[in-house]
Amino acid sequence: MNYVIVGNSVAAVGAIRAIRAQDQQGTITVVSRERHTAYGRPLISYLLGGVITEKGMPYLPENFYDQQRVNLLLATEVASVDTVAKRVLFTTGESLPYDKLLLATGGDPFLPPIEGMADRDRVYTFTTWDDAAKLKAVSADIQRAVVIGGGLIGLKAAEGLNLLNKSVTVIELADRVLSSAFDRPAGKIVARKMRANGIDVITEDTVVRIEGEGATITGVTLKSGDFIPCDTVVVAIGVRPAAGFLKGSGVEVNRGIVVDDRMQSSVPDIFAAGDVAEARDFFSDQKNPMPIWPDAYIQGDIAGTAMAGAEKGYEGGLAMNSIEFFKVSTISMGVTNPRDPVEYDILTFLDSDNYQYRKIVLDKAGHLVGAVLVGNVDRAGIFAGLIRNRVEVTPFREQLLTPEFGFIHLPPAIRKERFGQRGYSWPQPCFDGNGGGH
Amino acid sequence: MKRIYAIEEACIGCHLCEVGCITEHSLTKDPVKAFLHEAERPIARCTVEELDGGVLSISTTCRHCDAPDCLQTCISGAIQKQADGRVLIDTAKCVGCWSCVMACPFGAVQRNLKKKKANKCDLCPDRDLPACVSACPNRALVFREGN
Repeated sequence: MNYVIVGNSVAAVGAIRAIRAQDQQGTITVVSRERHTAYGRPLISYLLGGVITEKGMPYLPENFYDQQRVNLLLATEVASVDTVAKRVLFTTGESLPYDKLLLATGGDPFLPPIEGMADRDRVYTFTTWDDAAKLKAVSADIQRAVVIGGGLIGLKAAEGLNLLNKSVTVIELADRVLSSAFDRPAGKIVARKMRANGIDVITEDTVVRIEGEGATITGVTLKSGDFIPCDTVVVAIGVRPAAGFLKGSGVEVNRGIVVDDRMQSSVPDIFAAGDVAEARDFFSDQKNPMPIWPDAYIQGDIAGTAMAGAEKGYEGGLAMNSIEFFKVSTISMGVTNPRDPVEYDILTFLDSDNYQYRKIVLDKAGHLVGAVLVGNVDRAGIFAGLIRNRVEVTPFREQLLTPEFGFIHLPPAIRKERFGQRGYSWPQPCFDGNGGGH
Repeated sequence: MKRIYAIEEACIGCHLCEVGCITEHSLTKDPVKAFLHEAERPIARCTVEELDGGVLSISTTCRHCDAPDCLQTCISGAIQKQADGRVLIDTAKCVGCWSCVMACPFGAVQRNLKKKKANKCDLCPDRDLPACVSACPNRALVFREGN
């Protein structure tokens, strides 16, 4: 079997491991437009801020590709896919045949048409290692930067620049930062922390023009008319599934590459996983892109398994983010900001002064469907497990907001299932070979 | 592989598993020195939960899952599954993003806030029997082959 994987981030890694778990013989070729082997993409803000060095970027043990016997074609861009001849065509004119193809190309940063942008030198996006390296390379010359977009990427870029002692202003169109992953109180807490660290956060406004002379930026003009002086602009408005090369291929692309629960696209033997895919959502049967790291791994794993002829079920994409801003931990998962709050039972605890916030969202049937934790995020994964297992939480509803919440509040059967061993109970005979105690 | 299993009915809520774990992962491996004199006391990798003043208690710890959620969600590659089945964190690679804390449905990854590193059970590589299991006075923790 000849497997070709386009893209070389976490979805590809999940797929490589899954293929090799089933098929030791097949040929695996990974094609990536980037020049690096797999790296921790979310680490780029840590790299920019000097929290880690380039040495800390590789995601995999050095021998991974050798051990898994993967042919790597780096710095190679795919131009199109011929689904009839079953070949991947590169921009160089060369091509590669496949039996099973995985498209894990991720996302492309979205660049809105902003007046004055095309002529300027120091306009950056922030989604790749090279993006971060470019920004870092000119950082000695940066005095003031404007970050367009107050989402996860924008805020992390702002934090990285702030750690380099740059003056930073974040401009967000919505009425708060982190509007997609977090709710209003959490966004407010994060914005306050950003401001306390010297980052200016402007909401309900947007950049209409990048001002400057020749290639040099002098500032940005906002929709409100305000002028913010700066020498560098980072555009972090969002990413779009990187599926442009599929035009005319016959592979169905909606917002992303539409896939079934095996991650197979509308064309047999072509699979997609990660930010480029549009798979089923955990809560509804609707399909939507879920551009988060863990889901990319899981989808890659499922795709790889299916490509190698086995099957692994997909439980649906569950949104989940863990991110720190100036040492304030934030975790969000599932439904955090329901459009129709009366349809839900929402519990909250807020201690703004100490950057502590907790929000638990239950549906009408008493199932946990979402959580936001700011500050103390310890054992947040217990909530993730309860959501995934669709556990009814009404019997211990009152405990959900307390920091001590744990398995002890759950039915004993769940504790036994999670931490006990089936068929093994107490009292035990003394000659069980355990050797412990007494 | 061998895993640590908890027997709730036998747990007396004494927290000695935590003491054993902290001691084993300290510099001196001496409980008194670890708790009183070492500059940075380790954080227990098992968590004893209690209810009603200890009437109900259980020691919870990492399951060393076959498909670990913590590994899938780790953004730096610090978490890897070893050939022997153990799921370990390379603290040098960990950036303290707490994604593993978010993902582990067993609540078995701790935050070491001083070091800004995630912290989890390593099944005590220097011992035959994990320290928490050895420390348990009522065999409420066992170390056995299982899934």
